[in-house]
Amino acid sequence: MGTRNYRRKTSHSEHGPGDGGRTGSWRVERPVLDQNLCIPCKRNKEACFICWLFCPEIVISRTIPPRFDLEYCKGCGICAEECPTKAITMADEAKFSEDEKDKE
Amino acid sequence: MHIIEDGNSAAALGVKLCRANVIAAYPITPQTPLTERLSEYVESGEMKAEYIPVESEHSALAVCIAASSAGARVFTATSANGLLYMHEQVQWASGARLPIVMCVVNRAVGAPWNVWNDQQDSISQRDTGWIQIYCADHQQIIDTVIKAYWLAEKVSIPIMVCYDGYILSHTYMPFDLPDQEKVDAFLPPFQPEYALNPDEPANLNTVTLPDVRLDVQGELAHGYMEIRYLLQEELRTTLKTAAEAEKRFAGIFGRGGDPYIEPYRCDDADYVAVGLGSITYQLRVCVDALRKESIKVGVMGIRYYRPFPDEAIANALKGKKGVIVFEKAISYGYEGALMSDLKSALYEHLAGTGSLPPVQNFIAGIGGREIRTDDLTQALRAAIKSRVSKEPTWIGLKL
Amino acid sequence: MQAKTNILSLPTQEFVHPGTRACTGCGLSIAYRVGLKALGKDTILVVPPSCLTVLQGLFPIASTKLPCLNVTFASTAAAATGILATLKTQGKEHITVAAWAGDGGTSDIGLQALSGAAERGDNFIYFCYDNEGYMNTGAQRSGTTPIGAVTANTPFKGKQQQKKDVPAIMAAHKLSYVAACSAAYPLDLYDKIKSCVNLPGTKYFHIHIPCPPGWGYDPRYGIKIGRLAVETGYYDLYEIVNGEFKLTAASEKLVEKRKLIPVREYFRSQSRFKILTDAQIADIQNQIDAKWANYYKKDE
Repeated sequence: MGTRNYRRKTSHSEHGPGDGGRTGSWRVERPVLDQNLCIPCKRNKEACFICWLFCPEIVISRTIPPRFDLEYCKGCGICAEECPTKAITMADEAKFSEDEKDKE
Repeated sequence: MHIIEDGNSAAALGVKLCRANVIAAYPITPQTPLTERLSEYVESGEMKAEYIPVESEHSALAVCIAASSAGARVFTATSANGLLYMHEQVQWASGARLPIVMCVVNRAVGAPWNVWNDQQDSISQRDTGWIQIYCADHQQIIDTVIKAYWLAEKVSIPIMVCYDGYILSHTYMPFDLPDQEKVDAFLPPFQPEYALNPDEPANLNTVTLPDVRLDVQGELAHGYMEIRYLLQEELRTTLKTAAEAEKRFAGIFGRGGDPYIEPYRCDDADYVAVGLGSITYQLRVCVDALRKESIKVGVMGIRYYRPFPDEAIANALKGKKGVIVFEKAISYGYEGALMSDLKSALYEHLAGTGSLPPVQNFIAGIGGREIRTDDLTQALRAAIKSRVSKEPTWIGLKL
Repeated sequence: MQAKTNILSLPTQEFVHPGTRACTGCGLSIAYRVGLKALGKDTILVVPPSCLTVLQGLFPIASTKLPCLNVTFASTAAAATGILATLKTQGKEHITVAAWAGDGGTSDIGLQALSGAAERGDNFIYFCYDNEGYMNTGAQRSGTTPIGAVTANTPFKGKQQQKKDVPAIMAAHKLSYVAACSAAYPLDLYDKIKSCVNLPGTKYFHIHIPCPPGWGYDPRYGIKIGRLAVETGYYDLYEIVNGEFKLTAASEKLVEKRKLIPVREYFRSQSRFKILTDAQIADIQNQIDAKWANYYKKDE
């Protein structure tokens, strides 16, 4: 079964997530949020969101609390570095991967 | 309506009649007057188009590629080193399947510098996936520009309309100027399959993998090889569509003929001279002279060089006692490009049938060296008499 | 002068999907994301071969939700001109044409076409994202690689030549708008884009882009390093509006503050500057100090 009936004759891409596959598999550490330190969490209203602003992968939601899409988060650590209250820390991915494997 | 104009003007008038609406212009001898004439049409309001004086030929074709991708009917023209400079874009345009029409006013290539006519420039582009049509006179120039837009938009493949620099571009001939209404009837407005727009976003011509891959809708999309194969496949079926274009044109304008070849006194000929462009009309004089000596010779102009009309050529030359190919270019390191392609077509269709004619190759007019009709006649006579050489013979060389 | 945007007033609509092939911590990702928020939905993009080509994705999946034309390396600005011409014929001039090219594709191979478009006054926005090298192909030096930087083809001696000042070249075309921005200051970038969209002719943006693999730092420090570049007075944020130069955002504040972080800190933060000698650093510091003395003077 080939591509003879494909609807395009040229290199014509439509948009969608995950062109790079499950880029979450790239990371060696993942962000962890301490809601007790997170400003919007503490105030329970829209505030700060510096992590949302600077995430290169757009995997941090602009919500209370901010959530990380681990399917695509590459673990760059910019959110942890920029968070003004150090509410985000980077934790060793290996430990989480093991735990998740056990749960499957 | 019959007018007397030069070849560049014939081309410009064709572009105007086709209502091209984005024109990229960069000067290079001997094409320059063509785009100058277009600037007159645009500035006077006779033509409604965006006229962009680009800063290089590479950009000229870049503008055309982008404008066409956004849905405009585009045009540019060039010669020689200008064409060479845009070579990267030439390859791009065909791979992007854009219906660009470009006039190539044939001129010799550097080094060293030479502004006079030969066909090395466009011949060197024969592998790029563009359709190439060669014109032998001004009527053909204007008619071919019009047919080219229809054909290009039908098959989504760009077309080079080639004609000899100076010999055609700067000489005056009478020809019929088609009516605008008839051209509008022949050539409807451009309706691209897709044009860049925010309501239907797409990313065009990005990196394409060696292998196939699922798209966002879960369907298996082409790899690079499939996309390139489709170009080749459609180029070959373009031969049929070209015949359709010819028929359609004849139906509306009342003139036309064989889409691929232009034979003169070939039916009963034992020997046939073959060429591209204006040299074939010069060869008619030689043919007439030799016929007076009872030598049965004819001349056949080839119009479509790409896609190569191999079957039509083989059928026309089947059983001839000899074929003599005259060229204004050479595939350096071997022989004339047309020579190779023609021999290949004859071999493919006629080998083993007993009707495969021998072929000889003459190279003439390189760098605009004057092609004396007497020299052509001599060459023909000699070639008919016996095999002149295994290598191409250069006419008029003064070593 | 419109109110400056803050994080909470930034539009939330995203024009890029997650899961791109960009490097971990890619500075371009940040600038591109915010840039597209400023440009909005009615935009057509032009992209030459570059990191952005990879970020945007391989056929048949695109990460960007806007129409985009990929073009040959030297032709970015010419392609923008071509799209613009078509939009004019279609009466669709409300659509913004935005070219995004790397520093190699701008200051080197793309400069001719860009200059041509600027001279013609073609009405599009050109973004040069400057990660200071041909990063997509493995960090080779480009015209905007700063002096002293180790790159893949200046491996032991570092680049011997100065960084090409492309905004100055573009300003010489008498454009209505030229801006120098940074991925570390996305709100400044956003505001600048919004402010210039309706100005005539070609608008030019030069965006400083920290690049983890190309510059040699732990990805988490990307924004910090981008800020250091500005706070050391090494890279300035400014705009030139109809020929009038004005520092903006953090650079503007530095004029008031009158205190620059020593540029040594910036160089120390990236391994690409490891071969800079103390003498060279001192020389660069002097140049920075002289530049800023000038800024302070103009301010008085």
